Amino acid sequence: MLQQVDRLEALQRVNDFVVKFANVNGSGSASANALFAKSVLRMGVTATPRNIFPSNIQGLPTWYEVRISEAGYMGARGGGPDLMVAMNPQTWDGDVASIEPGGYLFYDNTKPMPESKFRRDIVVVGVPLTRMTNEAYSNPRERQLFKNIVGLGALSALLDIDPAVIEQLLAEQFKNREKLITANVRALHMGRDWVKANLGDPVGLKLRKADSVGDRILIDGNAAAALGAVYGGATVCAWYPITPSSSVAEAFTSYCARMRVDKATGKKNYAIVQAEDELASIGMVIGAAWNGARSFTATSGPGISLMQEFIGLAYFAEIPAVIMDVQRSGPSTGMPTRTQQTDITACAYASHGDTKHVLLIPEDGFECFEFGALAFDLADRLQTPIFVMLDLEIGMNDRLTKPFVWDDSRKMDRGKVMTAEELQAGKKFGRYLDVDNDGITYRTYPGTHPTKGAFFTRGTSKDSMARYSEEGHDYHENMERLLKKHNTARSMVPAAIERKAKQPTRYGAIYYGSTSPAMTEADEQLNALGVSLDLLRVRGFPFGDEVAAFIEAHDKVFVIEQNRDGQMRSLLINELEINPKQLVKILHYDGTPINARFISGAIAQALQIAQPAKVTEVVS
Amino acid sequence: MTFIPKPKLHHPDLQKNALGYTRRDYEGPVSTLCAGCGHDSISAAIVKACFELDIEPHRVAKMSGIGCSSKTPTYFLGASHGFNSVHGRMPSVATGANLANKDLIYLGVSGDGDSASIGLGQFAHAMRRGVNMVYIVENNGVYGLTKGQFSATSDKGAKSKRGVINSDEAIDLVGLALQLGATFVARSFSGDKAQLVPLIEAALQHKGIAFIDCISPCVAFNNHEGSTKSFDYVREHNEALNSLDVISGRDEITVDYEPGTMEMVTQHDGSVLALRKLHTSYDVNDRVAALSYMQERAAAGEIVTGLLYVDPNPRDLHAHMDTVETPLNALGDDVLVPGARALERINAGLR
Repeated sequence: MLQQVDRLEALQRVNDFVVKFANVNGSGSASANALFAKSVLRMGVTATPRNIFPSNIQGLPTWYEVRISEAGYMGARGGGPDLMVAMNPQTWDGDVASIEPGGYLFYDNTKPMPESKFRRDIVVVGVPLTRMTNEAYSNPRERQLFKNIVGLGALSALLDIDPAVIEQLLAEQFKNREKLITANVRALHMGRDWVKANLGDPVGLKLRKADSVGDRILIDGNAAAALGAVYGGATVCAWYPITPSSSVAEAFTSYCARMRVDKATGKKNYAIVQAEDELASIGMVIGAAWNGARSFTATSGPGISLMQEFIGLAYFAEIPAVIMDVQRSGPSTGMPTRTQQTDITACAYASHGDTKHVLLIPEDGFECFEFGALAFDLADRLQTPIFVMLDLEIGMNDRLTKPFVWDDSRKMDRGKVMTAEELQAGKKFGRYLDVDNDGITYRTYPGTHPTKGAFFTRGTSKDSMARYSEEGHDYHENMERLLKKHNTARSMVPAAIERKAKQPTRYGAIYYGSTSPAMTEADEQLNALGVSLDLLRVRGFPFGDEVAAFIEAHDKVFVIEQNRDGQMRSLLINELEINPKQLVKILHYDGTPINARFISGAIAQALQIAQPAKVTEVVS
Repeated sequence: MTFIPKPKLHHPDLQKNALGYTRRDYEGPVSTLCAGCGHDSISAAIVKACFELDIEPHRVAKMSGIGCSSKTPTYFLGASHGFNSVHGRMPSVATGANLANKDLIYLGVSGDGDSASIGLGQFAHAMRRGVNMVYIVENNGVYGLTKGQFSATSDKGAKSKRGVINSDEAIDLVGLALQLGATFVARSFSGDKAQLVPLIEAALQHKGIAFIDCISPCVAFNNHEGSTKSFDYVREHNEALNSLDVISGRDEITVDYEPGTMEMVTQHDGSVLALRKLHTSYDVNDRVAALSYMQERAAAGEIVTGLLYVDPNPRDLHAHMDTVETPLNALGDDVLVPGARALERINAGLR
């Protein structure tokens, strides 16, 4: 089934295209889709999958988009897919309309669509998947599941994916379950054979073995952050289910089951509580941390809202707490399954009264792991809440990332904790006494010493010996010390990373988190237009000196964010006393991940650079 | 009673317990509650119970929320760590603390506003999880710190000091605790020290969630005619179910009793609760019967006090979770951090 192309030549690309699968949620397509992405990776070509899904369990449409880029681009590209695998009649019209001109439409033509449902500038490839699986299988469940694998087989033949690679993946996935492996391989070849027998070579998008993956690993940021928590020594996790963060706690649970069970007794070196709500989960985290266990919670925006009062307590009473915030579109329920960077100010200034918190902002799985572990050292050293700011884009999507590394000589840094021996030896203890002049004071764990070192922890004002006090000077001194401590944190959070343009430039761009890969690609697109930018990726708050220096060194700095109000820009202006005119907002907040074409287009427009007509996606 | 300032030098003949501590060693700074407040009597009962049980003060963690009751942990066990947390959220903080170190004794003090109004959810979940702690609600039916508003345990028809009649049903925390699986449930009265002290002692020895609803009249805002939480009202309507002697494992049991009027309950730690039964047909180990009895007597206008239910072999949250014997806060890098080689294996599995 081939539709003749009108006007345009069909796209001809090798190792550089976007495939999008339009699925019905709950149809079992996820596993076949993941196999597709992995098979591309196994061919040595960078593949970046994204789940696009509604807040629903079964029946509503979902999409799975795979960006394939031997050049290594991992951000969303922007524009429509080059190949649409349209398996969902419900979204057919929109899916067909979204295909790039000259692109391809793959569909199940057991019941052929009328010509009016296609476009004249795309290539249509029909494969009778339902007919094939109905003929081969009698069990409805098998028909459904194997249809996905037959489809994968057909695609692999069309795109030149090495079948041996997929067979190997199936063997790994169903290790030691020979029956399943055989059945899946059979379905795979059913699809391949049909294409070979019935179609020529209609698709100009091809995969060739390459070497752009290296030793990188594929993992979602939530799992990476959870693994970071294991390596960071977390023993208590209290959480409440909320998209897109639930898989942090779930991954922590499964990593702990693998790596944290005492071999001799079978007992657990950890405790995980699914709390009754986010107030309880942060309360448990604070209680456990107060009592000397490393503890954390994972949540999203609405959870952060609920935790506000407790976060203020932890700030004021100076209790370590790690909060992993996987951001989604707000306000209110917003778009719970869509990504945004929208809790920056809500976390930086969380709770009533004057507060400032420490944020760590990872760009990918590698940093989710690194910051996930680091957060626990920082929480103990600074005795304050530490926020790890993920978002749905990095949290819930598998992404290639550098392999994790760990230095076995690294030990948990528990910060300033006075021991029974020190107390016994007569070392002076005042819970809020700033003996080192860095704003960070000593604490004791409950139960340390029979007669020394006990104190009362409270959310009310107190003096340096932890005695209740409403004296203005005690309150004032304490608040100033907290500010000093926040200042101490500036040198502890990961520094911003600068990437200089090849030639000197007056323009800079500040970005953070999941914007990273799209920014890298956009920068190259802008270079091609003659625009040079120095780039600064902010990785933490409070800002280090390098951030202010970067802004000062440029006439104009674009601040690229995935929210409506330019929250990071506000934070920069507020904390560094920057002239707002110097910072130009580049904002993308429709719930889809920010993409390179958007960034380069918006910056070019701001600089009034004439952009060529949309040539980047034009057919060769 | 408000504590008077305490001299550092104690009377040489002051009685000492097995640890060599006097009662004074279990006290805290001077209470700033109103003179005559029931809460101060409860603090005194806690002091006495800890003294008599030879508990090392620093092995107790005092947890509370916000309100008059929640202020009291400042006024007892001065050598213990304390945590005055967020309104209605003591249970979650205590749960977290307990998870971190199973070896300490957790003593949560809350009030009726703190536990039955703003904190009802956390109260319920602490009960059903079986956090190993003593949970005392100092129940006066009124908000003291904000000057006399009704709380959720105020009885329907009760009159406030300003003359307002409460039209809402009261929440019965004892009934909830029984329903939600608490393994030790008692009710007492701050004016009945003889009953309260042994109840606190038994609760401290209980290895599970031990809940005591202690009616504690507010002398400033809820001690007038028309209140159902005043000293006079509670004394008139108090129906004591049993009286209790706590006998720790090493003591010889020397209680004289009439056959059928005494019941011995051996707790998990070996301590024996000698219950002098005032209602001979009542079975303190029967949760279902306790629930219906409590409702029946409440309908008759009685305030039933005493040990209402005890499970002699409770399981706590740590038992449910199957955590290691070592407190989680004492585990080191060797146990917690899987190391570089394990990470390499994980990397290999992700390619």
